[in-house]
Amino acid sequence: MNGPCPVVELRGVSKVYPGRVHALRGVDLTVEPGELLAIVGPSGSGKSTMLHMIGTLDRPSGGTVRIAGYDVAGLSDRELSALRARQLGFVFQQFHLAPGVSALDNVADGLLYTGTGRRARRERAAAALERVGLGHRLTHRPSQLSGGEQQRVAVARAVAGDPPLLLADEPTGNLDSASGTEVLAVLGELHAAGTTIAIITHDTEIAAWCPRQVRVRDGRIVAEMGSEMGAEMGAEVRAEAGVPIGEGGGREA
Amino acid sequence: MKRERQRGPAPARLAVADVLRVGASGLRARPTRVVLSALGIAIGIATMIAVIGISSSSREQLLRQLDRLGTNLLTVAPGQTMFGEEAKLPIGALAMVERIGPVRTAAATGGTDATVRRTRHIPEAVTGGIAVQATTTGLLATLEGAVVKGAWLNAATERRPAVVLGAESARRLGLARAGVQVWMGGRWFTVIGILGPMPLAPEIERSALVGFPAAEEFLGFDGHPTTIYERSADEAVEAVRAVLPRTVNPENPEEVTVSRPSDALAAKAAAAGAFTNLLLGLGAVALLVGGVGVANTMVISVLERRREIGLRRSLGATRGQVRVQFLSESLLLSALGGVVGSVFGALATTGYALARDWPPVVPPWAIGGAIGATLLIGTVAGIYPAMRAARLSPTVALTTT
Repeated sequence: MNGPCPVVELRGVSKVYPGRVHALRGVDLTVEPGELLAIVGPSGSGKSTMLHMIGTLDRPSGGTVRIAGYDVAGLSDRELSALRARQLGFVFQQFHLAPGVSALDNVADGLLYTGTGRRARRERAAAALERVGLGHRLTHRPSQLSGGEQQRVAVARAVAGDPPLLLADEPTGNLDSASGTEVLAVLGELHAAGTTIAIITHDTEIAAWCPRQVRVRDGRIVAEMGSEMGAEMGAEVRAEAGVPIGEGGGREA
Repeated sequence: MKRERQRGPAPARLAVADVLRVGASGLRARPTRVVLSALGIAIGIATMIAVIGISSSSREQLLRQLDRLGTNLLTVAPGQTMFGEEAKLPIGALAMVERIGPVRTAAATGGTDATVRRTRHIPEAVTGGIAVQATTTGLLATLEGAVVKGAWLNAATERRPAVVLGAESARRLGLARAGVQVWMGGRWFTVIGILGPMPLAPEIERSALVGFPAAEEFLGFDGHPTTIYERSADEAVEAVRAVLPRTVNPENPEEVTVSRPSDALAAKAAAAGAFTNLLLGLGAVALLVGGVGVANTMVISVLERRREIGLRRSLGATRGQVRVQFLSESLLLSALGGVVGSVFGALATTGYALARDWPPVVPPWAIGGAIGATLLIGTVAGIYPAMRAARLSPTVALTTT
């Protein structure tokens, strides 16, 4: 990387879908390395479109999107794919795990497009599963895992390649509250270990758990809470929210 | 900071093993569908391999027979006179033939009017279709035949009331051993031998053979040969063929017919592949239908797996890598059908050939062609679904529920 440039830099980003649907209307957002932020808003607020912009899954209609210093507008589809492979990790609401494939191979396949050899992929996958507290579930298939465990496998897949940014789209949306807490604890640990994480959610409770919150409504950022330097403060907020964090937090379930 | 056209990161190349593994994992997830759509290809390939294999085995059998029997045997028979009557070969014809330089061995047979019966009580009209023929002792060597029971005629027995039976005539008379007597031309003859099969001279199989002197003495034979068999060096066959009529009958060479018994076998071998075109066409149609089945399976697969495609795009797969994934899946699917079909086709060929006592032959070019055809079909059937999968936008694919 070229110096301490922001992981995400949105400048006046707008997105218009066919039929003159203005999903985003001039959004500015900067995410520094090491941050944990929530992009929160009701459905239809444009937060999913923001995920698509930050995740380089779609291109803006106006404005500039820079991910890890690369201007998305100047990159071809191939280069964007490579950018996603190396700089971004995604966690989705529906887990998106391959059925009938072991947790280890599900995670290892996440590294398929990074140019890593098969043996190295499996080693890093095992390490990533260890990090999310599933070191004892390597050979289990998704159907043999609880919802929370499945989402932790998906988190392991997203972080196996150590991407500078982890994007989580409603990571607890399909889970009961206990499993949701379990997954958030894992994200908290990853953040504590230095991973930059952006959580897209409609749940204000989860948002409150994050040190920085970006509220979105009608395609605009309407409020920012928490400072950009809020790493220490965030820890207090999380303690107040009663989320178990720290060593072994995710392993008790 | 670079201003103009920044160079982005280059996507990693997928190893061939990884491409195949991803393709195979897509198939493993839906085994029933894979088996059924590969079956279509397999049936087509098996049909074509079996058709080619069986006709090749049949041809191989004929060619081996031809090889074993040789193509250097010529037969000389009387034709017709200018007036349409049956001609006769001169009595000295065999001696003339033996004097032709390249001729190695020669022998003659002559038809008689006698019949052969087990006893005198059987009516004379019941001949069983067996011809009683006079023969020279060189016949067995010339036809390269074998005696399966007893002995062949020699200089002593050709003068005695002794008979050697062809394989078919022995069967018709119900005789399986030498030493018994048969009723021929109003007296008993002793069966001294029984011959084995004579593929190049089936008429000998249906004959009862006695020596020339004995036939003249006991059966009223006139001494005119009716067929002369001769073998020469392979390269001299055409030359010998050209001089035979003039040698045998210098006065009326046009009354002599020369033929090459192996020609019939050669023609059969050449014809063995001809009738298979229709069956090959049927196999091709089955293959085409199988290809349509593969394409159909792949289109459905792409529709069902939009979320997987979206996930792979988010993990960093390029459009090309998605395309390659679905193409390899389609290729593997049809290759599976091709391999299974080839195996079944080869098994069918082997079974059929062994049941007929033929050498089983599955030509390598047929297997190569089958594999080539399935790869072609897999590619063609996979192109459209793969393009669809690659063109899918990642956001649309991910929001599909």
